[in-house]
Amino acid sequence: MGGALFFSASRSNKMSRSVSIDGVTKKFGDFKAVDGVTIDIHEGEFFTLLGPSGCGKTTLLRMIIGFNSIDEGSISFSERKMNEIPPHKRNIGMVFQNYAVFPHMTVFDNVAYGLKARGVAKEDIRRQVTDVLKLIKIEQYAKRSPSQLSGGQQQRVALARAIVIEPSILLMDEPLSNLDAKLRVEMRSAIKEIQKRLNITTVYVTHDQEEALAISDRIAVMNMGHIQQIGFPREIYSRPRNTFVAGFIGISNLLKADLVGIEGTFGLVEFIGGEILKIPMREPRIGKVIVAVRPEEAKLMDAGSCTMKGTVVEATFLGDTITYVIDLGNDLMMQVNEYIAESEFSHTVGSKVGIKLDESRINVFSADGEKAFV
Amino acid sequence: MKLTFKKRPRGSDAFWNSITWILLILVAFFLVYPFAGLLLRSFFAVDTGKPSLQNYKQFFGFAYYFNTLLHSFAVSTLTTIFAVILGVPMAYIVTRYNIAGKKLLRMMIIISLLSPPFIGAYSWIMLLGRNGFITKILAGIGLQIPTIYGFKGLLLVFTLKLFPYVFLYVSGALGSIDGSLEEAAESLGMHGIKRLLTVTFPLILPTIAASSVMVFMTSLADLGTPMLIGEGYKVLPVLVYEEYMSEIGGNAAMASTLSVIIVASSLAIFFIQKLIVGKKNVSMNGTRPTAPKKLSSINRILLTAACYLVALCAIAPQITTIITSFIKTRGPLFVKGFSLESYTSIWFKLSDNISHTFLYGIVAIAIMIVIGMLSSYVIVRRQSRITSLLDTALMSPYVIPGAVLGISLVIAFNKPPLILTGTAAIMILSYVIRKMPSILRSSSAILYQLDPSVDEASISLGVSPIMTFFKITAVMMLPGVASGAILSWISTINELSSTLILYSGRTGTISVAIYTEIFKDSFGTAAALASLLTLATIVSLLIFDKLTKGKGSIV
Repeated sequence: MGGALFFSASRSNKMSRSVSIDGVTKKFGDFKAVDGVTIDIHEGEFFTLLGPSGCGKTTLLRMIIGFNSIDEGSISFSERKMNEIPPHKRNIGMVFQNYAVFPHMTVFDNVAYGLKARGVAKEDIRRQVTDVLKLIKIEQYAKRSPSQLSGGQQQRVALARAIVIEPSILLMDEPLSNLDAKLRVEMRSAIKEIQKRLNITTVYVTHDQEEALAISDRIAVMNMGHIQQIGFPREIYSRPRNTFVAGFIGISNLLKADLVGIEGTFGLVEFIGGEILKIPMREPRIGKVIVAVRPEEAKLMDAGSCTMKGTVVEATFLGDTITYVIDLGNDLMMQVNEYIAESEFSHTVGSKVGIKLDESRINVFSADGEKAFV
Repeated sequence: MKLTFKKRPRGSDAFWNSITWILLILVAFFLVYPFAGLLLRSFFAVDTGKPSLQNYKQFFGFAYYFNTLLHSFAVSTLTTIFAVILGVPMAYIVTRYNIAGKKLLRMMIIISLLSPPFIGAYSWIMLLGRNGFITKILAGIGLQIPTIYGFKGLLLVFTLKLFPYVFLYVSGALGSIDGSLEEAAESLGMHGIKRLLTVTFPLILPTIAASSVMVFMTSLADLGTPMLIGEGYKVLPVLVYEEYMSEIGGNAAMASTLSVIIVASSLAIFFIQKLIVGKKNVSMNGTRPTAPKKLSSINRILLTAACYLVALCAIAPQITTIITSFIKTRGPLFVKGFSLESYTSIWFKLSDNISHTFLYGIVAIAIMIVIGMLSSYVIVRRQSRITSLLDTALMSPYVIPGAVLGISLVIAFNKPPLILTGTAAIMILSYVIRKMPSILRSSSAILYQLDPSVDEASISLGVSPIMTFFKITAVMMLPGVASGAILSWISTINELSSTLILYSGRTGTISVAIYTEIFKDSFGTAAALASLLTLATIVSLLIFDKLTKGKGSIV
C-alpha cells in the first residue's frame, strides 16, 4: 500500500477532531430517545455506542451528524458548537448500515462525489480517489456499477467515499450488520486497520457486543436513552457497572444471594447451599444482592468436594467447549462453560456436580441491579 | 433503531415548505376552485339565481333525468359482473397452467385496454351494426342478430374493453401468492376446488374488489362509447354532455348538478369498496410463486383456444380499424380494394390534430413528471397534515369523470381572473389533473423503495439537501417515474371525455377528429386516425416494456 501517499497518517491527523456531547436529549413526542447523555470522545479515538435496538444509539449518532436536531444540550467538535450547523457543512464522513451507495454511479464516481461537491480540481480528484481505492483494496472495481459488487465490496465503497473527503469525524451506523458472519470479521479488521492508519476520530454504532469489544478503543453501553457505562472493552466486560451491562456484554448468570457480613475490604456473600463467598468489595452493604457469574468464572467439580451443588440438566457440545446448564435448586439455573482441553471428564445429564466460583472475578450488585459493589 | 428524521435543518425546510405551499396553491386554484364552483352552481336555481335545491329536485323528480342514473348503474353493475366472470378465470388459467403463447396473449389484452375508449364502440358498429360486416353476412344466410345499439351494445363493448383490468390485477395477485401457502393447504387435506375457495380465492378477493371498482368507475365515467352506441339508452355522462352543450352561454346549473351526482356516485362506490375490503387486505410478497401446472395436450389446446378467443374479441376493434383504414372509400362508402387514401387524406386534412395530440401529450407529461416527483417527495418524505392534504387533493381526480372535469374547468376559467377557454393550456391542464393520481402513485411507490440513507450519504458528503434532491433522489426516481409516465402518456393521447368539452377549432386532437369523422360518416379517415393512435400506443408500450425490462405492471 505504498501508493497511498495522500492518506499518510500525519496529514489526516490534522483534520481529526474531538467530540463533546454535553447533556444531550432528543424527544420524539413524549418519548425521550436520548436522555441527558454526556460523552467526551478524544481525537483519533475509535469510540463505540453499544446497545440493544431502540436504546437511542442511532439517534445519538444522527444527532452528531445533524440529521436529528438536538432538543437539549450541545454537541461540539474540538470546542466548536455544532447544534445549528447543517449536516452538509459539518464535514463528517458517514457509513450506513445498508451501504447507501449511489446505484446510478460507478464506484469511482461514488467516491469522487464528495470531492466534486468541494470543488476539488479534476486531476486531484482522480489522484485522491485512486489512492483511497487502493487503500480500501477495491481499485480493480473502479469502473463497475454498485449492482455488480457484493455486499462487502459495496460497504468498502461506502467507506472509501466517507474517508476520501478527509472528514473531521467518521461515523459508522451498524456497517457490518448486513454482511455474513465471516465477512463481518474480515471487514472489522479492515476498518480497524484503516482507522488507526488515518488516526481519524470514529464513532461506531453496533448492537453486537463481540464486534464492539473487538474493534473499539472505548465503548459506551446505552439502554433506554441513557448511558449505562463508558469504559475500555476489558473494563466493561470484567467489571460491569450494573446488571444490564453484565447481561448485555457476554453472558452472565444473575443469581440472588445475601450479603451477610463485611470483613475489611471483603464482603461475605451467602450463596446456595450455605456457601460463603469472600469477595473484594468497595462499598458493601448488608442485605439482598445479585451475584453475576460468567460461564467461564465457575468450575464443575466432584459433588463431594464442594458446598455448592447442583444437577446437570443440559449439556451442549460446541467443539472446543461444552456448555452445561446446572439446576441449583430453588428455581436457580446456571450456565457453566468448560474447555474440552482443560476439563478432565465430561458430565452427563442428571449427574450431581459441585460448583466452584472464581471469587476474584465474579461481580456483585445491589438487589435492584443498579449499583456495583465490586 | 429506525427513526426517520422529521426535523431537518432550516435551509432545506424553507425550500421544501415553499414547494409544498406552491403545490397547494396550484391545487387550490386549478382543482379545488373549479370543482367547488361546480358544486356551488348546482345549489343555485337557474331562473331566480338564488340558493335552492331546485336542480336536485328536478333531477330526482323527472324520469328523463333520473332514468339516466339508473341506466348508468345498470350498465356499470352488469359490466363489472361480466368483467369479473371473464377476467378472473382467465387470469387463473393463464397464470396457473402452461397454455401456449402467454406473452402474446397478455400483449393483446393490454393493447385492447389502452386503446381509445370509443374505438371499441365504433368497431363493433362496423361489425355488428345496421350495415356491419357480420350483420350482412348473417343476413345473407337468413340470420338476424339482436341490435347492437343501446343497452346490450354498451354491455358488450364495456365488458370486452374493461375485463382486462380484472385480468391484469388478478394475474398480478395470483403471481404474488407464495406457492407454499397453497401447498400448505393441500398438505392439510384441502384439494382442488376446496383449496381454491379456502385459500386462493380469499387471498385475491381484495384484488378482485379493487379491479371491479376500476371497471365500475371507468364504465360509469365513459362518454365516448355511449355517445356512439347508446342511442336511445341514455346514460348519465351523455346527459351531462348534452345539458352542458344546450346550456352553453347559460349558467350550466343542470350540467353542474349532474356532474355532482356522478362524482358522488363514484365516490360512494370507492368508499364502499374501502369499507368492505379495507380490513381484509393482506400483504403478500411471495418469494416463490406457484409453478404453472402442465395440462394434457388436449386440455392445453382447448384452454389456449378459449383464452385466445376472448383476447381476439377484445382486440377485434383494433384489428377492424386497422383493416378498414386501408380500404378504399368513396365519400362515406367503403368500396372494393385497398389503398392508402385514408392516410393521405388525414395527412392533408388533419395534420394539425395529429400534431396537437402529440404536442399536448408531451407538454402535459413533462409537467406531470415535475409536479409528480416534487409532490411525492413532500408526501412521502415530509409527512405532515398539510402534505397528506396535498396527497388527498391530488388523488381526487381519480373519481372525477373526464367530462365533469372539463365542464368544471370551463366554468372556472371562462372569466377573469384567468381566461383559458379555447386554449391549448386548458386541455393540457385537464390532462395533467386527470393523470396526476397515477403519476403520483407510481412516483410514491418508487420513493418508498428508495432508502433515505442514500440521500443522507450525499448530504454527509457536503451536498446540500436541495441539490441532493436533484443530483441523487430525482435521478434515482426517474426510471420508475418515466415508465409510469409512459402509461399516462398513452391514456393522454387517447383521451376523449374532457377533450370533447374543452377543444376548440384551433385545438382539436386525434381523438376529437375520430369522433367528428365518425359523425360525418367518414369511417375511412376515422379508422386511419384510430390506427395511428393504436400504433403510437403499441410503440409506447414497447418502450415501457424495454424500460421496465418486461416486469412493469400496467395497472
